[in-house]
Amino acid sequence: MADMLIAALLLVGAFFGLVGSWGLVRLPQAMQRLHAPTKATTLGVGGVLLASIAYFGWVRAEWSVHELLITLFLFLTAPLSALMLARAWLHRERERVHAALPRPAASGVDWGTFQPPPEESGSDGAEPRP
Amino acid sequence: MRMRSKWRRWVPHPAVSLALTLVWVALQNDFSAGQWLMGVILGVVVPLLLRPFWPDLPRVHSWRTAIVYAAIVLWDIVRANIQVAGWILLRRPETLRSTWLVVPLRLHRPEAITLLAGTITMTPGTVSCDLAADGSALLVHCLHTDDPDATVAGIKSRYEERVMKIFGEGDA
Repeated sequence: MADMLIAALLLVGAFFGLVGSWGLVRLPQAMQRLHAPTKATTLGVGGVLLASIAYFGWVRAEWSVHELLITLFLFLTAPLSALMLARAWLHRERERVHAALPRPAASGVDWGTFQPPPEESGSDGAEPRP
Repeated sequence: MRMRSKWRRWVPHPAVSLALTLVWVALQNDFSAGQWLMGVILGVVVPLLLRPFWPDLPRVHSWRTAIVYAAIVLWDIVRANIQVAGWILLRRPETLRSTWLVVPLRLHRPEAITLLAGTITMTPGTVSCDLAADGSALLVHCLHTDDPDATVAGIKSRYEERVMKIFGEGDA
């Protein structure tokens, strides 16, 4: 029973990992390719980690919480690396894409990649922490 | 009241202290008293050292909303994974309608915006790509949507409302 569950979790994880990589190869635009590793891979890694918890818990009887930490760190790092990649892409391709981008609603304000933030005045610094 | 201020002085951010302690114990994978003690020491000392560098750390105003939010986001991650996997496998890439979305923000705190941006990246076919220079809007890339306005409205009602509640932000 435990074996079946672990096998199923591993298969689910492998499937989503594969889909993420396949998307990376197949999608035509750089920004579209960014979606594949940030999403499909999360569930891929999640499946493998759940399988690991189940294996060590039931088969080896050594409960381990390291997998939960891996999940936590993954959730912290995946959006950040995606943001860095996106901004690097915006910066590199700015001459081609800047005109096509929608602008923020406020007048005279551009995206952070193209315009330095306004002078910090007390606590309303709006740049996310790196 | 005096007790409370003394308590605050040594444990300025109870949530951070608790998180550090739990992460330490989990990292050691050893739930013995010694590791708990070490975790508590770290949980007290690290925030004290950190305090001068991060003076305005926000407090969580509504733990209930935070827990509901975490559950919703986890569920959405699973849903988003299946949805994006379906798009990648079943649709011809040319038929994907990718667009840029502008999500105007009502949030002001950097920590709250960071949380929202991270959530957007992890969930339904969207990646947050940039922030307006004055922090008034997020630039979001959407892998596929038939109705961009509805997607933006969805992000605002499903996530931003709750993040505002968690950090107790009103319309300032």
